[in-house]
Amino acid sequence: MSSFRIFDIAGAGMSAQSVRLNTVASNLANAESVSGDANAVYKAKHPVFQAVQSDQAGDIGNSVQVLDIVESQAAPEQRYDPGNPLADANGYVYAPNVNTVEEMVDMISASRSYQNNVEVMNTARNLLLATLKLGQG
Amino acid sequence: MPLDIDSYLGVHARALQLESRRTELLASNLANADTPGFKSRDIDFKAALAQAGQSQSTLPLKTTSATHQQIAGTGTGSGGEAQMKYRVPLAPSLDGNTVDAQLEQAAFAENAVRYQATLTLLNGKLRSLMTAITGQ
Repeated sequence: MSSFRIFDIAGAGMSAQSVRLNTVASNLANAESVSGDANAVYKAKHPVFQAVQSDQAGDIGNSVQVLDIVESQAAPEQRYDPGNPLADANGYVYAPNVNTVEEMVDMISASRSYQNNVEVMNTARNLLLATLKLGQG
Repeated sequence: MPLDIDSYLGVHARALQLESRRTELLASNLANADTPGFKSRDIDFKAALAQAGQSQSTLPLKTTSATHQQIAGTGTGSGGEAQMKYRVPLAPSLDGNTVDAQLEQAAFAENAVRYQATLTLLNGKLRSLMTAITGQ
């Protein structure tokens, strides 16, 4: 048991949310990356979080980790665009299955969760610094 | 009569330890706010503090072998484990996560203030002790 574990937990939370922000950025950046092949087109990526139980006796809090990054299985959007140099023989291009509205919401949620973890870390830091000064004034 | 610093500091030292553990638990809830299936937990502070007070008044048993049993409340833990409870969610989400970020934030802020209050009280006690020692 250690008070410093709060930093590990909040740090893991920040790291996990940062991975989530990264996938959102990747999805939004590639939202219009069309392809002539339905299988080769970019697929939206989403992280899967998992709680991690500490194996140290006396540790009560769970940390968090990114278990995996999965690709969305939704069908890509088919567009008729014969003028596109990437179009297939029938004049179709395939747009990624990225839902930009969902991604924006995901981004806000990740950003808020990240801020929460930063606040937790700041508060824990202030409390520990105050504890170090115990009996000095 | 020698001064027993532990009884002099009274409930505050144990309260500080419990509050520190509660900070850890609430931090873990907030870190797992987006983890599917994660169940939010909290410490029943009143019960945990009462238990910590009890364990101090009873003599602890020394365990010399891994097969020895700990008597409840006298173990190495500070009593927080036994009083850990799962939070009843107001609006559980579809992925089985029961963390309410706003609720956890409020609890975290409250716990931080409690921690600081305990620190202030401890500081006061220590200052009185210093005054008694230095006689000024």
